[in-house]
Amino acid sequence: MKPTPLWRRYARLFGPDPEADVRDELRFHLECKIDELVRHGLSPEQARREAARGFGDMRALMQIGRRMGEKMERRKRLADYWTDAVQDLRYTFRTLRRDRSFAAVCVVILALAIGANVAVFSVVNTLLLRPLPFPDSNRLVWIAPPPSPCGISCATFSADAYEEFRAMNRTYQDVTGYEAFTTPDNLRLTGHGDPLPATSIMVIGNFFRVLGVKPAIGRLFTPEQASPGPHPVALLTDAYWRRQFDADPAIVGKAIDMSGTQTTIVGVLPPSFDFGAVFSPGAKVDLFTPLDLEKERNWGNIVTLIGRLKPGVTIPQALDDGNRVAPDIYQSVKRPETKGQYKDAFIPVRLKDYVTGKLRRSLIALWSAVGVVLLIACVNLSNLLLARAAARGREFAVRGALGAGRGRIVRQLLMESFVLSGAGAVLGLGLAMTLITWLAHQTSVALPLLSTLRIDTRALGWTVLVALAAAFLFGLIPGLKIASGNLQEALKDSGPGAGVGRKHQRIRSVLVVTEVALACMLLVSAGLLLRSFLKVLDVDLGFEPDHAASIQVDYDESGKTPEEAGANRMAVFGRIIERINAVPGVEAAGIVDFLPLGPNREWDTPWPQGKKPTEREWPDPLVYVVTPGFVRAMGMRLQGRDFTWADGPRGERVVLINASAARIYWPGEDAVGKILMRGDEKNHEVDRVVGVVNDVHEESVEASTGAQIYYPASQQTPDWAQLVVRTKLPPASLAPSILRALRELNPRQPAAEFRPIRTIVDHAVSPRRFFMLLVGAFAVLGLVLATLGIYGVISYSVTQQAQEIGVRMALGAGAGRIQRDVLFNTLRLATAGIILGSFASMASARLISSLLFVTSPWDSRVYAAMALLLAGVALLSGYLPARRASRIDPLRALRVQ
Amino acid sequence: MDSKLEFLRGTLDVLILKALMWGPLHGYAIADLIRRQSDDALLLEEGTLYPALWRLENKGLLAAEWGLSENNRKAKFYRLTPDGRKQLRSEVKTWEAYAAAVAKVLGASQPPLPEEIG
Repeated sequence: MKPTPLWRRYARLFGPDPEADVRDELRFHLECKIDELVRHGLSPEQARREAARGFGDMRALMQIGRRMGEKMERRKRLADYWTDAVQDLRYTFRTLRRDRSFAAVCVVILALAIGANVAVFSVVNTLLLRPLPFPDSNRLVWIAPPPSPCGISCATFSADAYEEFRAMNRTYQDVTGYEAFTTPDNLRLTGHGDPLPATSIMVIGNFFRVLGVKPAIGRLFTPEQASPGPHPVALLTDAYWRRQFDADPAIVGKAIDMSGTQTTIVGVLPPSFDFGAVFSPGAKVDLFTPLDLEKERNWGNIVTLIGRLKPGVTIPQALDDGNRVAPDIYQSVKRPETKGQYKDAFIPVRLKDYVTGKLRRSLIALWSAVGVVLLIACVNLSNLLLARAAARGREFAVRGALGAGRGRIVRQLLMESFVLSGAGAVLGLGLAMTLITWLAHQTSVALPLLSTLRIDTRALGWTVLVALAAAFLFGLIPGLKIASGNLQEALKDSGPGAGVGRKHQRIRSVLVVTEVALACMLLVSAGLLLRSFLKVLDVDLGFEPDHAASIQVDYDESGKTPEEAGANRMAVFGRIIERINAVPGVEAAGIVDFLPLGPNREWDTPWPQGKKPTEREWPDPLVYVVTPGFVRAMGMRLQGRDFTWADGPRGERVVLINASAARIYWPGEDAVGKILMRGDEKNHEVDRVVGVVNDVHEESVEASTGAQIYYPASQQTPDWAQLVVRTKLPPASLAPSILRALRELNPRQPAAEFRPIRTIVDHAVSPRRFFMLLVGAFAVLGLVLATLGIYGVISYSVTQQAQEIGVRMALGAGAGRIQRDVLFNTLRLATAGIILGSFASMASARLISSLLFVTSPWDSRVYAAMALLLAGVALLSGYLPARRASRIDPLRALRVQ
Repeated sequence: MDSKLEFLRGTLDVLILKALMWGPLHGYAIADLIRRQSDDALLLEEGTLYPALWRLENKGLLAAEWGLSENNRKAKFYRLTPDGRKQLRSEVKTWEAYAAAVAKVLGASQPPLPEEIG
C-alpha cells in the first residue's frame, strides 16, 4: 500500500457512501483480474467474460456489500456520538468543578424544588392514585346516605337492616361493617401490672374476609365466634402485638383479661393492615372483637356498611339494587312502622373515594403549588445559566473557532443542565425521603393512609421525569441563546458592557419578572389559605378548648333495674367528681359520654309539647349523657340551669338543649321550662327543658351544627364516661394527681391518657393546617428563589455597568443618586412581576376558592399584604448591589478597559 | 482445474485472516495469495471472498482503509485488528487439532482396542 495523495483524501467529501465503496472495491478487483488474464494471452473480450464469472450475480453481491457497509456506518456514528457525549460529560464535570459555588447553588435550588415535588407526588400517589391496600379494592364500597347534620348516626344501620340488606341485595358478593360508636381506650387490659387502656373495634364476623385481609398468625373469626357465646375472642393488630406482647409467636390460643373478661387471642393481623389509616385517620386500634348482632339488635343504628361488589357490577347497578330493596327493609323487624326507614340510604361510594375523595381538591392544589415552585426554580436556573453563559461567551467562541459545531455547543450546555438536574434529583430524592418518613409518623395529622406513605417505583419514575423536564426547561433558553448569538462577535467583543450582554440582560429581566409573578401567585394562595385557617381557629366552637382536658373513666354500674343502675352510677360519678374537684388546681369537673369532634350518636326524634310529631320533619338531635358540672367544665354558655345531683332517676325528666334546637322547637320563644315529647303520640315520655346551651361544633370545626340534646346521667345510660376537667394548670402536670385520685376510688382505672381538649380541636383542623403549612412553605421557597433571581440580575447589571456608573460619578453624580437608580431598577422589575402576578393570582384563587373558609378569593388585604411583602423583599435584595454600585471608584472603573 | 478443492465450511475465514498476517492486502491480493500458497489447489471465487471480507470487517476482526495499489489504482486494503490476530491464533489451533484427529481416523489400519471399563 502506498501513501494516499492529498487529493484522494477528499474522495468522500460529502460523507460516507457505502454503495460507492462497494462499487469501487469490486471494480478494482475486476480490472486486476482482466489485466492478469490478458497477460496470459486472452483477448480483452474473453478476459472480461472469464473475470466476471467468479463474481456470480454481481448485482446481488453489491447489494450485500451495501447493506453491510450501511450497518457499519450506523454503528460507527453511534460510537462517535457516545465518544462525544462522554467527552462532553467529562468537560462538564471539569467546568462545574471549576465553578464549584455556582454548581452548589444550582444543585441546592434544584434539590429543594425536586424534593418538594417528589414528596408531594408521594402524598398524592398514596392518597389519590394508589389503590387501597386491599385485594381488588376497587370493588369495595362504602354504603351510606349522604352526610346530614345528625352525624354518623344517620350514616349507620341497625343490625336488622344489615342482615336484611345482606340477604336481599343481588349486586354484592358480601356486605360487612363495624360498630361506629367507639371511643379510644374503651377497654382495660389487666394482668400486666397497672391496668392499661386499650382500644378495640367491634367488627361483623366477616369483616376481614370481605376486605381480603389475611391474618399473619392464627386465623380470622369463625362463623361460630362471630356471635360470641361463652368464649370471647379477639384479633390483635400487628402494632399492639409487638408493643404489648413482645411479638410473642405463641400468642394464639392464649387468653388475656380485657375489662374483666377472659378473651382468647385467635390471630394477629398483618402489619399492612391499618384500620385507622383507612377508616379513621389518626386513630390507633389495638384489637378487634366480633360484633354481637343479637345483643345490638335493640340499639338502633350501630354499624357502618362496607360491601364488596360482585365482579363486573358497576356503582349505578349497585345503587339501583340498593334503591330496589330499601323500601322493604326495617330498622327493627319487631316494629312494623320502621319499614322503609332507610329509603335512599343504601348509596354505594367507592371506598377509595369515601376515604380520600374530600381531599382531592386540596391535593391537586398542593400538587400545583409544587409545580409552580419547580417552575420558579427552573426560571431561576435559566437565569443563572444565562449569566454564566454570558461570561463564557469567549470560551464558546474559541471552541466554535476550533471547529465545534453550534449543535455541539448547545449539546454541551444541555449536558450541563442534565448533570446539574441529575445531582439535584439525587439530593432532592434524599430530601423527599426524609420528609416522607417524617410525614408517615405524624399521627397528629388526621389524613387517611398517611402511615402507608413511602417512595415507591412510581415516585422514583416521577423523580426522573421531573428532573428531565427541569433540565430541558432551564437548559433550553440559555442553550438557544448561545447558539443564536454570533460566535465571532463574541470573540471580537472584549468583554462586558457590549451588545450581547445587553440582550442577555433583557431576557434575564423577563425571566425575573416571570419568577416574581409566579412567587406572587404562590404567596397569595398561601395567604388566602392562611387567612382561612385563622378564621377556622377563630370559629366559636361552643366550648373552651383551652385549660381543659379529659380522661376515659372506668366505672361499675351494676343494678337490677335501670333506676337502680342509674342510682349506682350517679353515686360513683358523684364520688369521682367530688374527689376530682378536691384536687388542687381543678376548677370544674363533669362527665360526658361523647366528646365533641369525635364520634357521636342520636337516638330518637323529640317534638315540642302542643305540636304533632308528624306536623313537620323534626330533627334527630345528637344526644349526650352528662353529669352536673360538665357544662361548666367544658366552658359552654348556659341559659337556665345546669343539671343538679338532685335530678335523680325517679325525679322529673329533665334535658338541656342547644340554641339551634331551641330555635327549631320554639322559634322566637324562651325554651327554658318547656316540654319535649319522645316516642309516639300514644306512648311517649316527657322531658322538661331546664336550660339552653350554645351550639357545640360536633362533626367538624367548619360545618354548621344541628340540634343537640343533653340528658342527665341519672336518667339515661351513658355509653362511656369521659371525665372533663377544667384547670388553669398545664394538663400534663395535673395528670398524675388526677389518675391517683381515680385509682383511689377504683383500683381498676387504667392509665388512660389525660388529653387536653385542645388536641381534639387540633386533630380536627390538622388536615387544613397540614395543607396550609405545606403551601406556605412552598410560597416561602418561591419567595426566596425569586429574591435570589432579583439579586442575581441587579448585581450582574451593576457589574456590567461599572464603567458607565464610573463615568457618571466622574461627571458628578452622587452616590445617593446611583443607589437610588439601582433600587428604582429593582423596584421596576418587582412591580412588573407583582402586577402580572396579581392577575395570575386571581385565576389561581378562583381554583382554590372551594378550599377557603369564610375568605373571599379576592380578599384585598391578602393581595395587598403579599404585594407589599414582595416589594419589600425585592428592595432588600436590590439594596446590596445598590450599595456596591454607589461605592464604585470612578478611576478604577474607567481604568479597567 | 480438476484439482480445485471445495472450501470446507468455516475454513475460509481462517484462511483470510492468515493471508493478512504479513500486512494489509486488498481483496484481489488475498485471493491471489491463497491460490499461490496452496499451489493453485484453493481457488477463491469473488462471490464468496467479498461477503466473507465484509463480514469479518463488520465483526471487527478486520479493519479497512482506502489506499493506492501497486499499479496506482484506488483499492480497499484490509488489515488484521488485534481482535483478528487473536481470532487467527485460536482458529489455527482448533484447525490443527481437528486436522490431526481426522488424519488419525483416516490413517488407521485397524479398529480401535476395546475400552477398559472401571
